[in-house]
Amino acid sequence: MSGPRRKIPVVPCSGIGKSLGAAAREAAYVLAEDLRPDRTKIVALSLLVMGDEEARREVAAGEAVAIDGCKLECAAKGLACSGAAHVHKIAVFDVVRRHRGLKPEGVCDLNEDGMKLARATADDAAKIVDELAGEDGHA
Amino acid sequence: MPDLPRKKVGLISCSGEELAEGTVTRRAVRKVLETLRPDDTVTLCLPLFLAGGEGERAFARHYPTIAVDGCDKRCAALATEKYSARPAASVVVTEVAKESGCGAIGTARRLDGSGMRLADAVAEKIVEETDRLLKRKSRSAGPASGREKP
Repeated sequence: MSGPRRKIPVVPCSGIGKSLGAAAREAAYVLAEDLRPDRTKIVALSLLVMGDEEARREVAAGEAVAIDGCKLECAAKGLACSGAAHVHKIAVFDVVRRHRGLKPEGVCDLNEDGMKLARATADDAAKIVDELAGEDGHA
Repeated sequence: MPDLPRKKVGLISCSGEELAEGTVTRRAVRKVLETLRPDDTVTLCLPLFLAGGEGERAFARHYPTIAVDGCDKRCAALATEKYSARPAASVVVTEVAKESGCGAIGTARRLDGSGMRLADAVAEKIVEETDRLLKRKSRSAGPASGREKP
């Protein structure tokens, strides 16, 4: 017997000052809306920061994916502080190192390179989600 | 108390990624920062309060802040107060939307035209509060060049 699959919470950076933060956020949308809509769900970092009970329940004692824009890793720290059992980290600044030709710009409206970076980041996150699905026997 | 060269207002948006209203907060704050009051405002990153951003916390202790929230959970206002100091002003997108009779605004990923207009209205509210906190006469929410004489 198996219950409904628990969607994996995805928490992106809420950074408002840098393009890499914007790419992290866009990557979360690409992942949760386009690539793995049945397996993932975005949880707002601000809710976790505030200690919102419903948001904490979403992440408590399970696997979670953090997509961070910078080395401060606010999303990963927010998940860890909120009781996630295992935080899988995706760092946009690492992804951009592997795609050196990309020059992301913009915060509210990412340029084309920023969108490409978001897609590459989302692809990395999707691989993690697929691995987790395999471990759960849901592949 | 550190040496504070110039009084500025810190803007803290919830940026809630789940809701379109969160996207409105981010867009409104960026508009104020980049276009409307670039010399008078800075943005503070809400998650950094939790992640140990001492610069963020110190700023909010010594400077006035405006919390810009998407919904009545008021994460930005509450988290700022919890980790630093009570915000000097608070703007809530759902309240501005109600006042302006705004309906659907698009999605968190992509605001529609109505969402963009709501972001502009929220930006105007932020400008009003910024000017009030800096004790300036109320001005239209135009670019901050050509500042009024006291």
